[in-house]
Amino acid sequence: MIDHAQVRHVARLARLRLGDSEIDRMARELSGILEHIEKIGELELDRVEPTSHVVPLENVLRPDEPRPSLSRERALEQAPAPVQRGFGVPSPGA
Amino acid sequence: MAPTSGDVSELTAAAAIDRVGAGEVSPAELFELYRDRAASERLGAFLLVSDNAPAIPAEAPLGGVPLAVKDVFCVADVPSTAASRILEGYRPPYTATAVERLAAAGAPMLGKTNMDEFAMGSSSENSAYGPVLNPWDEKRVPGGSSGGSAAAVAAGLAPWAIGTDTGGSIRQPAALCGVVGLKPTYGSVSRYGMIAFASSLDQCGPLTRDVTDAALLFRHLVGRDHRDSTSLEYPQPLEAPTAERLDGLRFGVPPELTGEGIERGVLDVFECVVATIEELGGGVEEVSLPHSAHGLSAYYVLAPAEASANLARFDGVRYGMRSGDGDLLSLYEETRAEGFGDEVKRRIMLGTYALSSGYYEAYYGRAQRVRTKIVEDFTDAFERVDLVLAPTSPTVAFELGERTADPLSMYLSDYCTVPMSLAGIPAISIPGGLSAGLPVGIQLAGPAFSEPRILDAALALERALAFDGGPARA
Repeated sequence: MIDHAQVRHVARLARLRLGDSEIDRMARELSGILEHIEKIGELELDRVEPTSHVVPLENVLRPDEPRPSLSRERALEQAPAPVQRGFGVPSPGA
Repeated sequence: MAPTSGDVSELTAAAAIDRVGAGEVSPAELFELYRDRAASERLGAFLLVSDNAPAIPAEAPLGGVPLAVKDVFCVADVPSTAASRILEGYRPPYTATAVERLAAAGAPMLGKTNMDEFAMGSSSENSAYGPVLNPWDEKRVPGGSSGGSAAAVAAGLAPWAIGTDTGGSIRQPAALCGVVGLKPTYGSVSRYGMIAFASSLDQCGPLTRDVTDAALLFRHLVGRDHRDSTSLEYPQPLEAPTAERLDGLRFGVPPELTGEGIERGVLDVFECVVATIEELGGGVEEVSLPHSAHGLSAYYVLAPAEASANLARFDGVRYGMRSGDGDLLSLYEETRAEGFGDEVKRRIMLGTYALSSGYYEAYYGRAQRVRTKIVEDFTDAFERVDLVLAPTSPTVAFELGERTADPLSMYLSDYCTVPMSLAGIPAISIPGGLSAGLPVGIQLAGPAFSEPRILDAALALERALAFDGGPARA
């Protein structure tokens, strides 16, 4: 179960602005989904290793040599507000 | 005599390649034919149709047969939106490896196909640019998230297509549209340039009119790419499938995926397919996947958790839309509030919650352990059988709007496809027959890198079942 205060907290963490009606709906919908998900609590999993990646891979090193990359101009082409050859953002505020 | 355009559009891609090779049709004619079809379609399958037919070298193995590309793939200087408002007008500075490889092999991009926003959904109704309609019945969804690619292939708007599958997003729309969809072994196809949803699960694969076409595209998709550190060299050479019989092959039917929750009409088709397998000399036995009922729960923790991290990059700073005129925090919050649709917000919230302090172990940690149990289920199953056989979707195509009000009912569409995704193993969906006039998909799954076996078995079955996709192209 997830209440309105938790939804507000998580929305803040996720950098999402939600209106009051959205918070209400999100609390209801997430509670319903979490109720289903919590069935995995029934399983005995204490001695089971977690899986984060399914294909066995070993780390591979490459030579540490400079290679061409995206030019500054190309990287800035899609920026909504480039400033002085960089990405522009407003003040982080107080 | 030269073939008419109607003839050519009825051909599979492999047959079209033969016509090109025989000089009966040129790559440019083929491209123009499909460009006209794609540009005048009314299913909402395409978000963008290419203007120009690129020059194709005569020796290109894919013959210039044009390819529909899910809009989740970045293509340099071409709008690539993942069907999201937040990427409206975005023109990436690079091209996805999958698109690049297929174009180099002679399958140029015909256009970008519609999808659920950021590949999150099972009906393609979550697109910011409108839904996709199912060509078998336009009141119904084509499935998702690769619904545009599936509908385009089914309706004959494209000879073949690529999509992505995270929990079923190639297989389920293929099933609902009566086409073939292959989700490859995780790591066999580069994810470079694919807009990420859940990186430990996302995999690119073909959607095609038949198994031969799927094998052909797959052969040109695989391979290690230094730009995707999880990609691998495919461990064996890939040949075109040729099987006509299934003698000696053992098929396992999991009771967990063929019982409660699966529609009667789907089970009827499934039983006919089992009978066909036996007629072709294959053995069918029951094999249990005891944790598959928990697969959906684990998936809906892991995938949103990974998504919440992957989608943090959409913040109105480096690309895409920007909103908000206050400080930096309100810029982030307002851009994301306006740019993301409801389902994407829901998954970001779910994933952020599951990863947040105090809940991490209860949700994410447990889900990763369930994933281990699902991997073990399949390992055990493949000690007894060569392939696992199950329905692809619990139901046939449902009506537009039927599940949008209840997220959980939409998530249940992925019930039969999610276990294979969590285990990273390959699975194909082929049309098994019709239920009340709508296609039913049958899923074949095998161990990692068993695509040759899967494709061979699928080809033998396809020949015997003789499914007719014609009604969707009418």
